[in-house]
Formats: sequence, C-alpha cells, structure tokens
Amino acid sequence: MDLKLQKIIPQLITVLVVVLVFGFFTYNAQINMENRGIDFGYGFLSQESSFDVQFSLIEYDGSHSYFRAYLVGLLNTILVSVIGIIFATVLGVIVGVARLSPNYLINQFAAFYVEFFRNIPLLLQIFFWYFAALRALPLPQDADAILGVFYLTIKGLYVPAFIWENLNVFLYSLIAAIVAIVVIRIHARKVQETQGKQLPVFWIAIGLIFILPLLSFLIGGVSLSFEIPKLKQLATTSFIYEGGLSLPPELIALTLSLALYTATFIAECVRAGIQGVGKGQKEAAASIGLNPNQVLKLVVMPQALRIIIPPTTNQYLNLTKNSSLAAAIAYPDLVLVFAGTALMQTGKAIEIVSITMLTYLSLSISISILMNWYNKKIAIKEK
Amino acid sequence: MFKYLKQLTSLVAMVAVLFTFTTETMAAKKSKTLKNTQKKGFVRCGVSQGLPGFSNADAAGNWTGIDVDVCRAVAAAVLGDANKVKFTPLSAKERFTALTSGEIDILSRNTTWTLSRDADIGLTFVGVNFYDGQGFMVRKSSGITSTSQFKDGISACTNIGTTTELNMRDFFNSKGISYEPVAFEKADEVVAAYDAGRCDTYTTDKSGLAAQRTKMSNPDDHIVLPETVSKEPLGPVVRQGDSVWEDIVRWSLNAMIEAEEYGITSANADSMKTSDNPAVKRLVGAEGELGAAFGLDNEWSLRIIKQVGNYGESYKRNIADTGILPDRGPNELWTKGGILYVPPAR
Repeated sequence: MDLKLQKIIPQLITVLVVVLVFGFFTYNAQINMENRGIDFGYGFLSQESSFDVQFSLIEYDGSHSYFRAYLVGLLNTILVSVIGIIFATVLGVIVGVARLSPNYLINQFAAFYVEFFRNIPLLLQIFFWYFAALRALPLPQDADAILGVFYLTIKGLYVPAFIWENLNVFLYSLIAAIVAIVVIRIHARKVQETQGKQLPVFWIAIGLIFILPLLSFLIGGVSLSFEIPKLKQLATTSFIYEGGLSLPPELIALTLSLALYTATFIAECVRAGIQGVGKGQKEAAASIGLNPNQVLKLVVMPQALRIIIPPTTNQYLNLTKNSSLAAAIAYPDLVLVFAGTALMQTGKAIEIVSITMLTYLSLSISISILMNWYNKKIAIKEK
Repeated sequence: MFKYLKQLTSLVAMVAVLFTFTTETMAAKKSKTLKNTQKKGFVRCGVSQGLPGFSNADAAGNWTGIDVDVCRAVAAAVLGDANKVKFTPLSAKERFTALTSGEIDILSRNTTWTLSRDADIGLTFVGVNFYDGQGFMVRKSSGITSTSQFKDGISACTNIGTTTELNMRDFFNSKGISYEPVAFEKADEVVAAYDAGRCDTYTTDKSGLAAQRTKMSNPDDHIVLPETVSKEPLGPVVRQGDSVWEDIVRWSLNAMIEAEEYGITSANADSMKTSDNPAVKRLVGAEGELGAAFGLDNEWSLRIIKQVGNYGESYKRNIADTGILPDRGPNELWTKGGILYVPPAR
C-alpha cells in the first residue's frame, strides 16, 4: 500500500467513529424522547415566560418571551464577567508587582494573599462573601451613609443616580479631549524622533481631559445633579432605599469573590512575566541612561507582556465560566435564569442546555479571539 | 424406546422454552420498571434535599416524611420490605430530568400537579398526598399580619424552578405591587438568606413554610400569613409510558388513605383479616385478587399497612407530632370534613 493511503485510512476511521458515536447518541435521544412523549423544538423561545427576574440590564418582566429572559441572563453574565475581569486584572497586576517588591512586608503579604485565595474552592468563597458578609451588613434602617450618599446594606449597595442635562455636549467635549490627546501624542513622537526633545505629554493629557469637560459645564450648558437614595418604610421593621441606583448584594458578592480568586492567578502570571525578562536587559537599559520608569515602560513591560498575555487569557476564560456559580447565590445569570428557571418551566432540557453551552462557547471564543489579537499586536515583529 | 425418549425430551425442552418465553413476555408486558425494580431489589425514589415532615434525612441518613412513606409503601408492595428504597435527594431544578432520564422511578418530592407538567414534559402525576397552597412568611417584628399590608419594593426570597416563582408574579401583579424576586437554587440557601434579613418575605407552599420555620435560628420570630394565594396539590410522579408502574404507585398511595378510612392501622392489620366488612378484607388481602392486576401477590396492601401504616399514621408521625402542622386542615378524610377522597380499592 502506498504511504499516502496509509496515512489517510486511520484518520478516515477516526472521523467515521466520531460521526457514528454522535449519530448513535442523537438517535438514542430521539427514541427516548419519543417514548416518553417529549417533543423537541425551539418554538418555546417566543412564548411568554411568566416569571420575573430580580436584576436586569434591559427592560424585562414575565410578560416578555423566553428569548428575552435568555438575553437578560446573558447580559447579566457578561456584566459580572466584565466587572470581574477589570477588578481581577487591576488587583492581579498590583499583587504580582508587589510579590517582587524588595520590601519584605509587602512581598510577604502579597504571597500570603495569593496562597490563601487560590487554594480555597471558589464556591466556598462565594458562599462566604454572600452569607457571612450578608450577615455582617446592617439592615437598611441601621446603615450609616458613606460619604453622605452611599448606603451599603444587607439589601444591596445604594448609590446616587446621575441626572444629566445636555449630556451630549459633555460627551462631545470628552471626545474632543481624547482626539486632541491622540494628535498631541503623535506630534510629540515626531518631535522626539526628529529633534530628540521630549514633550510633557502626560501632563498635557491630564489637563485636557479635565479642562474641556469643565468648559462644557461652564459655557456648554451641561449640568449634573444627583438623585440621592432615600429611606422608605415598608413595615414596622422593614425598610428599603428609594431613588438612586441599587446594586444587589448577589452581584457584589459574586464580583468580589470572582475577582479576588482570579486575581491570584493573574498575579502569578504577572510575576512570571516580569521575572522572565533577563536581568541583563534592565542593566543594559539603565546603562544607556534610561531612568527606572523608562526601563519599566520601554524595556521590561513590552517583553513581559508577551509572557503574561497568553496565560492571563486563560484566567479571563476561567472567570467567565466560573461566573455560572452565580446560581448558588441567586444572582440571575444565564445559568440561573435560562438553564434554571426557564428550563424548569418549559421542560425543554436538551434545547436549553444546548443553547446555554453554545452561548458559553461563543463567549469564551470571543474573549480568546480578542486576546489573541492583542497578543499578536505586542508580539515580536520579525522583519 | 430410546427414540421416543429422545422425542419426549425435545418436546419437554420445547414446551419449557415456550413457557419461559411466555412468562418472560408476561412480565415484560406487566411493566419494565417493575421488572427492573424487582431485579435490582430496591425502589429508586427521588426526594427533596431536606424538608422536615415531607422528606428529611437524620444524622444517621435515615429518611422520614410523608413523601418518603409513599416510596416505602411501593417498596413494601413490590419487594415486601419498606426499607428497600434508594433515596436520591434532588433540587427543584433537577427533579424532572432525573425522572425522565430514568435515574429514579418515583419522584415523591412535594411536587405540584399542574396541567403543563402533566401533559408536557413526559411525566404522569398519580395522585395527591398533600393538599397545599402558597403562603408568605414574614418576621413578626415587621408588624405585617396580612398580605394586604405589602408595599412597593418588597423583596421576596424563593426557590427557582417552582410553581412558586410563577404564582408570586401572578399575586404581586394582581395587587399592583412592584417586588424584588430573589430566587435560589436550594431551599437551605433561601432560608439562610431570608433569615439573615436579605428579604422581607419568604414564599413557598405553606407546608414548606411551616417546615422551614423549624430550621430558622429563632422560629418564634416568624409568622406565616393567613392568606393562601394558590392551589398546590402535591403528589408523587412517575414517567409517562409505564401504566402498570403508574397504577402500582397510585394504588399504594390510595391503599394508605383507604386504610385510614376503614380504621386499619399497622397494629391491627392482621386481625382485620377476619373483619365482616368485605372492603376491609380486600385491603388486607383476605378477599379478592386485587394484586394480580399489577402482577403482585394478594398481600401487597397488607404489607404497606403493616410496614408503613395508613395515611393518618404517616401524617401523625411525620407532620403532626413534629409540630409542623398539627391541624390536618384539607388533608383530613372526606368523612371527617377534609378533601381526602380516593377511589375504592375493589
């Protein structure tokens, strides 16, 4: 037999086996569902859901469809993932750098934090932050105002709502400031390349981003007022805050535990990245007269990032997938709303679980693609 | 001579083969679930993750409750021993999948009988072992004594995947009150969150409220409001498509209720064999051939009564004596002012 055929045959057999196994399961599921009088179909998505959800980013109540309930769950999952990723990254970078600090107290504290939080199961941490912290928080009527306007209570965090007038003028001024900064940066680079002079771009940028919006308040007719939460009595010992925005404690507990947990792994990625840059690189950079800030910004970080980004992408994916533990503490994410309540009310297990799986898959792949694009951008460009 | 002998043996063998074949198909005709249960030697029963009075495990892992007793009754009828039950604790979310996928054969987990569940998702409800209705629990200190005192913004803790979630919406909508639903996957977490003060009210079936109240850090601080906002007939469920098994479970429950009606208890069941009442004699297996229809012997119901007791005994043992709901309310026999009424076993 010729070599080409020999190579192809095992692969053909593998494909055949996979197709057969998949076909067998599909066929089996079909027969079993038929026997039990369960019909298959996605038509239920347009039916009225008739259940309410605690917290939603879009307008939703029980008179909307199951599809809208799905969107509510999906958006809540994305919300908790995005906030979690931002906090985990900031905390992770700080702790990662702190672990390399020459200060004994700081690096030991950072090491303790990493070892402690990454070695306790996430579900336990979620329960801890929800139930232990919940019991420690005051009831609405006993809460003291933080900075006069925030109230952190057992029923959630109440913050003032922004009430804007001429919001668009304010946004235009903000955009103008950003455009101006970009133009100045490009100009500054040109000046540095041609004349070797450095312009104080950072300070100019800070100035612009404050001054332009400030002008919009003074002469653009923009005004901002706050709606401050007010205590409202429901019954003798039962109170809530009205007005302003309220963040449910479930969201806070979930974001907190996800961020604290994932930050430990990101911290290790950051530490590995920085330590992965050769000592000689820093010494060489210092020897050509760069100050420590410039060494970090121009020499160490660009190389460290290449080591940091790929494993950190994994952590972002983990965080997104771990957010499905929300169901344990009543945060209405995709799993709780769609693969929980909607599944129960319709009984469409195969349909709903398949949609949920596909959704998580798409979310993860989107994050991967985004991070791979960024990774390629900072990778060494071979010339 | 030998020739005949040879023919005779082959004939015997053929008859034997034919006979085993026919008994096989008879048993298969009877019920696949019954056959599997008898082969395994235990009844696979889905229960709650811990609801005192209905299905609750003690520290040693012994399950008790009126839902548990339904499974024990089936085990007594089918296998002759009420203890031959394997209990699988299930959340509200998992319960129907566990049943339709064949992980369990009876779901006896305070499950409300509704049209869509019965017709839609491959399940069959076999009866009602507890008539219930949804209610609300609040803290005594709140001063609320009626649902009419509920105000906009009230937060309500409950379970996901239950009829409660739907009824709650119907109730608050009809009253025009805006509310915050906080829905957990497990009952224990609902109780913990409500107990901590996360919610103003906790809503589920009234029996559930009464049972969960016993788990609170201070039960006397909470009251169940008098209003009942829905009908919740709770009962055991089986998979669609095995009518013999369905009948066995249905009549195991019915036998317990009818035994109470005729005053047959676990203590006097044997002596009732000589009763003058033919209905009583049928229930204790001294008359008629009732078991044959399910492919069981004639003492199936006697074993249920002797090993598990009648419905009244089960209620008293699990719900009244534990202080959950001493008053039987609608769950009293029809002859005593309740609505428990089962078709006659004859």
